[in-house]
Amino acid sequence: MRTKNQLALAPWIFTIGFFVLWEVACRALGISSFILPAPSTILLAVWEYRIQLGYHALHTLWMTVAGFGLAVAFGLLLGMVLGSSRLINAGSYPLLVGFNSIPKVAVVPILVFWFGVGWVPPVLTAFLISFFPIVVNVATGIATVEPEMEDVLRALGASKRDIVFKVGVPRAMPYFFGSLKVAITLAYVGSVIGEQNASNVGIGNLLTRASAAFEVPLVWAALVVLAVLGVVMYAITAYAERSMTGWAQRSQMAA
Amino acid sequence: MKPFVDLHDVTHVYARAEDGVPAVKNLTLRIHEGEFAAIVGPSGCGKSTLMKLATGLQFPREGTVFVDGRQVEAPVKLAGMAFQNPTMLPWRTTLDNILLPLEIVEPHRGRLRRNKAEYVAKAEGLLEQVGLKGQGHKYPWQLSGGMQQRASLCRALIHEPKLLMLDEPFGALDSFTREELWCVMRDLHAAQKVTIILVTHDLREAAFLADRIFCMSARPGRIVAEREVAFPRPRDLEITYSPEFSALVHELRGHIAQARRAA
Repeated sequence: MRTKNQLALAPWIFTIGFFVLWEVACRALGISSFILPAPSTILLAVWEYRIQLGYHALHTLWMTVAGFGLAVAFGLLLGMVLGSSRLINAGSYPLLVGFNSIPKVAVVPILVFWFGVGWVPPVLTAFLISFFPIVVNVATGIATVEPEMEDVLRALGASKRDIVFKVGVPRAMPYFFGSLKVAITLAYVGSVIGEQNASNVGIGNLLTRASAAFEVPLVWAALVVLAVLGVVMYAITAYAERSMTGWAQRSQMAA
Repeated sequence: MKPFVDLHDVTHVYARAEDGVPAVKNLTLRIHEGEFAAIVGPSGCGKSTLMKLATGLQFPREGTVFVDGRQVEAPVKLAGMAFQNPTMLPWRTTLDNILLPLEIVEPHRGRLRRNKAEYVAKAEGLLEQVGLKGQGHKYPWQLSGGMQQRASLCRALIHEPKLLMLDEPFGALDSFTREELWCVMRDLHAAQKVTIILVTHDLREAAFLADRIFCMSARPGRIVAEREVAFPRPRDLEITYSPEFSALVHELRGHIAQARRAA
């Protein structure tokens, strides 16, 4: 019971301790707020710019969720295709890996050529950067169906489709939800990159403008807002994972 | 009696076999309807290949395979299978696992939704027969290995297959559980009148359960000996301690030893 309480408290203690250390270090060493503002300064800035930050954060959230939603739909679909066909899997893998290796910030200018500055580039950047882990995980889950299980069903006259939908897809769900946690973080990175380079709103855009104007506290305040949003979105996907695939998390390791 | 499963002069080479050595060669095997046949042999002798050939999961390079009077050109659809690994789906309850074949096989597939209660009752009946009464709501991972294997037998039988294929189904169990399941299998065979092909390493298991035992040679596999088992049914576990039973097991062991030496 004691260790359980300690475990529940540990994240809070560590987080608060981190900021306290930061504050103390800034004051003790007299670090200029231009180099590294103290948490109290940042917090004040967050309060001061709250309306602006809130407006831009909501926009970023919306871009991220839209890109992430596209990635989930497309990732599931492509993952199912790749998982059920060894030919398509082998054939398209180099293309996929090659595409995934391109830093997405390099793709943003092309998106701007195509769609202009606005909401489309951030959404598409978020989508492009985050669909890959979903595809790979869903495909792996489906492709690793036990051969015995496949034999049992095939001997009953099951079609490839039956096997994919009755066994492959449910089996891939833990992989899928695991990949969502990676994908949501990536989508977030993508939307901020998109906003920085090709949007007039959003935290990314706010960051670009604030840093150009040397408004250091605002830059830091925007970063803090980004971090908090990121944690919230991650927590939501982690919660979805736990509630959807409880059967896969019965090991002592996950407890 | 006409043969129910009829493999004639079958040779099979797996496409992915690197050395090109056939898994089975000139294999001929006839099993009658309702018969309990056991196939024993040294490991790697192509027993599992034989199962795949008889269910239409693989097609022979040479020779013919007939099941129920028809040449096998696609998965046979009238077979149930159970393996050493129970392969239960962990996201389904045991009962839903057992009902899985009905979601595939016609005519059940079309009428499962509307007649769910009837099928559930049938599954519960099977669970009772294998000694798992009232355990259907549990998830497979809440069951012991032996219980999962019992559930796997129920899944193999739920659609009333005419042919039941068992690939070392009791291989991973302790000897007490195994003997218990022998009796379950014996009673299921007596009750369901299904044709059973049991592939096993365990000679006592084959001798206790089967009407006829086929010994296979080492790879490339073919049948080197065929032995009727005359013990009257229903058989009691006690017969496994009789001198006749020991003699039979000893004789089978001789065939396997010879097959291993020849390899």
